[in-house]
Amino acid sequence: MIKIENLNKHFAKHKVLNDINLQFNAGECVALIGPNGSGKTTLIKSILALVTIEKGEIHVQNENIHNQSAYRSNIGYMPQINRFPEHMSVHQLFNMMKSIRSEVTDYDLSLYEAFDIESMGKKKLGILSGGMRQKVSASLAFLFKPEILILDEPTAGLDPVSNEILKDKLKQSKEKENKLVLITSHILNDLDDIADRVVYLMDGSLYFDKQMSVLKEETSESRLNKIIASILNSEKQYV
Amino acid sequence: MFKIAKFITIDLLKNKVMLLYLIFLWLVCFGLFSLQGQGDKALTGILNVSLLVTPMLCLIFATIYFYYMYEFMMLLHAQPIKRNTLFIALYLSLVLVFTLIYLLGAGLPLLFMSPGKASILMIVGTSFLNFIFIAIALGVAVWTKDKSKGMGFSLLIWVYFVLLFDGIILLLMYNFSDYPIEKFVLYISFLNPVDLMRILVLMQTEASALMGYSGAIFQKVFTENWGISIILLLMFVWTMVPLGLSLKAYNKKDL
Repeated sequence: MIKIENLNKHFAKHKVLNDINLQFNAGECVALIGPNGSGKTTLIKSILALVTIEKGEIHVQNENIHNQSAYRSNIGYMPQINRFPEHMSVHQLFNMMKSIRSEVTDYDLSLYEAFDIESMGKKKLGILSGGMRQKVSASLAFLFKPEILILDEPTAGLDPVSNEILKDKLKQSKEKENKLVLITSHILNDLDDIADRVVYLMDGSLYFDKQMSVLKEETSESRLNKIIASILNSEKQYV
Repeated sequence: MFKIAKFITIDLLKNKVMLLYLIFLWLVCFGLFSLQGQGDKALTGILNVSLLVTPMLCLIFATIYFYYMYEFMMLLHAQPIKRNTLFIALYLSLVLVFTLIYLLGAGLPLLFMSPGKASILMIVGTSFLNFIFIAIALGVAVWTKDKSKGMGFSLLIWVYFVLLFDGIILLLMYNFSDYPIEKFVLYISFLNPVDLMRILVLMQTEASALMGYSGAIFQKVFTENWGISIILLLMFVWTMVPLGLSLKAYNKKDL
């Protein structure tokens, strides 16, 4: 579904992505993890063409994304930082998004209802708290029933109940609707139940890319936290 | 594109800065007209305010607004929308709102109190200043990622066009006063849209008589229709060049 070939990216002299080769398929939930500044967000932004690609190619659904925009109709994106125009109300935001995507008439309102966004419809976006903005942003990502879901730190500001709602929704999208879910997070506990593949980036390079089941076997741990810790520790011993 | 432009325009109209700008223009226009009558004096007063305030507000407000909309634009970019479309929508909304406010705030009083060629040219010229300086401001904001740097550059550009440029011309005229450089100065003033606008309006009033020998040359060239057309054409070029450059930079930008 998404194929990344030899992706390289510099910011000024700093190398952010170094020869990344990856392939993500439908029905998969990929956890993209790594320390701060390892290039996770840049990788995601490259897929969305928010960052220009300097070397390499990205194919989304067998189409090279270079200078394209139509392919993004199949992607639901929830950004890391959510800031909306202050004077716009929640209702207006949803209406605007719907009017921009007027070709879609069939909406997925399950998160919209589960998060009870209707009740804050008249509120201005400027007065919403960080968590509420994230709920709005998550509902928007699912609204147009995209085939690919890309979530950048989705659970950072959500309360436990909403967190579970979102995780259930992601699980359902992956298992029942055969969608591709690409998720980054520093809260590894949240990824435990949903991720079935882990891609670890370090200093812009691919450190490892393994199925969750393989990782569990190799390290004989069951929690992702412990798995990552044990891999990093074993590497250190060789150095 | 127009759907997005519509929403940005509504957001802009709700901004309090726009309301303050409108009130300010009303105060200036009615104040000057009631203090100095309906003659050229009031007109030149309004001209000076337009020349100083409009570029400053366009530069500063459009720069801030770009940074303010940055994350939201990113969200819109994740939709199947071309970059060009989004940038042009943002530009059009800013231009539309600024021109509308000027029309309401200064255009109406001008047309009522002092109807004539000078008033109409002033409205057209200021609209062009809006187009030009909003394009420059967006270019600056696209070019610099840092907010305070972007603001600094915008202010610097304003100081250059409004103050420094005139100083350079004055210096030229002073140092080369023994040579016939009036024609030369005329061409140099093409490099500054604020000067173009000043010439455009002043030449229609009696104040042009006070401008000495170079004023006479200017008057000879610029009061005729083809002189006005040349200025408007130059201002159009002044709009398209920064807009094109900003658009190009935006298309290559890492958001």
